[in-house]
Amino acid sequence: MHPPEASPYGPNPATLSRRDLLRLGIAAGVGAPLLTACGGFGDTGGGGDKLVFLSTQFAPVEEAERFRGILKSAYTAGSVDYVTSDPGPYNSKVRSEVRAGKVGTNLIGGVHGDLAPLARDGQLEDLGGLAQKLAGRGYAKDLLELAKVGTNTTYYIPWAQATFILAASNTALQYLPPGATIDNLTYDQFLAWAKAAKQAAGKPVFGVPAGPKGLIHRFLQGYLYPAFTGGEITKFRSPEAVTMWGYLKELWSVCTPASANFDFMQEPLAAKQVLVAWDHVARLVNAPKDAPDQFVMAPVPSGPKGRAYMPVLTGLAIPKGAPARDKTEQLIEALSTPDVQLDVLRKNAFFPTVQATIPSDLPAAVRLEADAVRKQQTGSGALIALPPVGLGTGEGELTKIYKDTFARIVLKNEAIAKVLADEGDRVQKLLADSKAPCWTPDPDSGGQTCQVG
Amino acid sequence: MSSAAGRPGRLRLPTPYLLLIPSALTLAALFGWPMVQGVLAAFRHDGGFSLDNVHRMVSDQRFGSAVRNTLLLIAVVVPLQFVLALAMALLLQARPKFSGLYFYLWAVPLAISDLAAGLVWLSILDDQGYLNSVLHRLGLGDGYSWLSYQHGSTMFLAVVVAEVWRATALVLVILVAGMQVIPRDYDEAAAVFGATFWQRLRYVTLPLLKPSLQVALILRTILAFQTFAVARALTGDNYPLLVGETYQWYLDLQNPGVASAIALLILAISIFTASIYLRALRQPDAIREAR
Amino acid sequence: MSALAGPAEPARPAEPAGPAAAESGVDRSPLRRRRRQRALLQLAAVAITLFMAAPIYLITLAAFSSRQALNEYPKSVLPTDVSTETLRGFLSSAGIVPSFLNSVAVGLLAVLLSIGLGAPAGYAIARYAFRGRDAYQIVLLITRALPVVVLSIPLAELFISWQLYDTVLGIALMHTALALPTTVLISASVFVSVPRDVEEAALIFGATPLAAFRRVVLPIARPGIAASAIFTFVLSWNEVLGAAILALRNRTLPAQVLGSLSNSPLAYRFAGGFALVVPSLVFIFVMRRYLLNMWGTTIR
Repeated sequence: MHPPEASPYGPNPATLSRRDLLRLGIAAGVGAPLLTACGGFGDTGGGGDKLVFLSTQFAPVEEAERFRGILKSAYTAGSVDYVTSDPGPYNSKVRSEVRAGKVGTNLIGGVHGDLAPLARDGQLEDLGGLAQKLAGRGYAKDLLELAKVGTNTTYYIPWAQATFILAASNTALQYLPPGATIDNLTYDQFLAWAKAAKQAAGKPVFGVPAGPKGLIHRFLQGYLYPAFTGGEITKFRSPEAVTMWGYLKELWSVCTPASANFDFMQEPLAAKQVLVAWDHVARLVNAPKDAPDQFVMAPVPSGPKGRAYMPVLTGLAIPKGAPARDKTEQLIEALSTPDVQLDVLRKNAFFPTVQATIPSDLPAAVRLEADAVRKQQTGSGALIALPPVGLGTGEGELTKIYKDTFARIVLKNEAIAKVLADEGDRVQKLLADSKAPCWTPDPDSGGQTCQVG
Repeated sequence: MSSAAGRPGRLRLPTPYLLLIPSALTLAALFGWPMVQGVLAAFRHDGGFSLDNVHRMVSDQRFGSAVRNTLLLIAVVVPLQFVLALAMALLLQARPKFSGLYFYLWAVPLAISDLAAGLVWLSILDDQGYLNSVLHRLGLGDGYSWLSYQHGSTMFLAVVVAEVWRATALVLVILVAGMQVIPRDYDEAAAVFGATFWQRLRYVTLPLLKPSLQVALILRTILAFQTFAVARALTGDNYPLLVGETYQWYLDLQNPGVASAIALLILAISIFTASIYLRALRQPDAIREAR
Repeated sequence: MSALAGPAEPARPAEPAGPAAAESGVDRSPLRRRRRQRALLQLAAVAITLFMAAPIYLITLAAFSSRQALNEYPKSVLPTDVSTETLRGFLSSAGIVPSFLNSVAVGLLAVLLSIGLGAPAGYAIARYAFRGRDAYQIVLLITRALPVVVLSIPLAELFISWQLYDTVLGIALMHTALALPTTVLISASVFVSVPRDVEEAALIFGATPLAAFRRVVLPIARPGIAASAIFTFVLSWNEVLGAAILALRNRTLPAQVLGSLSNSPLAYRFAGGFALVVPSLVFIFVMRRYLLNMWGTTIR
């Protein structure tokens, strides 16, 4: 056996590798026990004073950093480790910890859609006592109802709220139809505006977030459906719904097709790919960041039945069996003061849930949004539409049904009536599985399962 | 004395099984129970045995396209990668100048995660991405929406190109190493006797490459069924793939039952294709004579 | 004769062609043909290199661009607006350094474990024809062919009850299990190409099977084992879902970064993507000479 030839790719490995591998082996062999002993380089910390706060909110790096700063100044009795996560792993973690009986997370935060399934499956503690204590802080009645997820027990404390509005580049304002003011549009005027803008620019310049993580389903559930039909579920297949879908198809034809890939509208807006967009306040706030005077934010248009809008609620909850419960409740209390919540508004563009007067020293982009939100909530014809309550794990599937309906009717041009009939059946099955009663804006069904109309 | 028998006088398990036990135990301990749980979830609904999940999986409007897209993607991407990797390996074998540098650059995608790869190609193919920027500067029009749902064929091509870029390095590395073991004498002899390049490739190189080809094919195909991050990054929800659907059902829709049903389908198809490769490229390597 | 230069022929220095050559009566056309072929080879190699390297260049460019530059259209393909602001912001955010260390620790541990467990199995498959050989390989592939997401909750529960949750060892074990099929298959092929006669010679001369393995087989197979170590490290480094689910505060870098990437502004996505690519680039550079010798370099 003659020695292996030198390879053109480098010195002969067979002679070098012994030494290198030996070194590697020694290093790893020494390192491994050390590593397993310390279990990791994370903040393992010493128990007692450190609380772990797992949340799906403020995931982007900058937002998380700013919130950590807020936490530090708000909670002085110890330190809090703020850990962000995607909803999927978040859900897995909480469930597996609770099921195994060894809960390491003290506090969890998420949108209603994250917390409601956990609540319905008994993974969260009853926070009724804490809610009583905080009763004087001025939470809106609707929010407190949501926090009960369709039962009589309070499962989370409202943390921050947001909603969806319109954002527009100043350059688009010139195409507004005559007589229309941006703060008081109707959906018809909105469509005319989109058409005029497309004609002038030579290509469609309106956009909606219809991408995989886009919130188009909220546009349907909380804006279009209630504004055109006055209901969410009970009017799913009604004639007014058919009108609404026809309208949406027309609107889509003057929106940029790239909308089917957009999750967040702030980037297309900043890049001038889109001049007018509808999206969540937190997904629009970065658009005017570099040039706030080039943008306007406005309340959404109103339809035949009113100016429907949907509040997005985030809440704070405690997993069942979590340790240090009293400390955690202190933390929740600290996060529920007007000052801290206004700080969150200033830094991360989420609105307070407790009673707090909006100050005047907000950053420009947040100021724009706050004004638009106020006009939307207090304007005439305001119609509130809540996110689904009481569906448990079916919440995600309802989202999918709305998105599928959108894809079939608007993207694939299937017959409206047939799609609504099919998907309506699916919605009914989902409701039957979870026995969920109707929620605002649908009329109260008195505890009976909501019926798809 | 063959290495198959233990030494006389030492009673113990036959050696091969002894060597297998550590890995088998680890897998059984770590994955055994979770796999059973995961698989059973496909057939459980409301506490009892039910085919509800399978029904839900099949009746979903995205299921048909997901199956079609997955099979189509694999049928196109894998052979393309093999041809490309083979060409690249042969190029390297010819030892042009800078072949060391070339090899390094060609092997770099090996270590890039599929999420990062998706990000990279998105920045190129986006409506305002680098490709359209270059076309614009060259005066070739205002850019084309390569990734739009309205342009199904370019959407598919984009995914193919990105996947080929990302995953060919794995096949290349395996093939190059396999080629190095082939004694040069065979090739030289064939050349001396007048074989053309293609003849040498077909009758000398490829047959001797069979073990590498088999390993590369099996690994690459199984991994191909698993990746969707690139397609997700480029096309969002507009190009459904089976694995993407599994992730969606499990994480977004919180329905482990349907997710497991789809996962079982993927498993079945992967194992089926892997066993075809195993059979087609079978080589009795354990009892192969020493060369 | 051969249409392309085969592996046996060394590159010959080019001789000047031209009138002088024609006068001397020597036919230079095979030489010209060869030079043309070499040139074509270079061209092909360069074309492929452009395809492979361009995306890496572009993401480097994007990571080092200022926010404004990323919003422009048409984008510049040359580095005109270089700024390190996004990268700096990204690198200074909380948890990057600890999670980087975690990733390295998990990777090294996974490599050790997978080789320790997988190489013997590979040897068994290569050397012995026993019942259950095919079945074992199929089972290995099944582990890899099932999407990891489906195992996530049961696995997390298991780890919690075994005190492995949120530890480096736990994540490393999971990555080992994921890497075992590759390690076993590759090391099996490695051991196959080690000639039996050498091993048997050692046994004849009185070595124990273990000693024969250690002193004869292992040196030849070492480069190949190192290559499967590379695959394992890379797999572990890039694994996102398992690490995200199995760890809360001891996360690996990809779990930390890639999870929030889709919610982040464009500039951060590029900075994050780039930051993840760099360690891989370095790793491959360091290990590249091992990558080629998976089956030993014994040429007879």
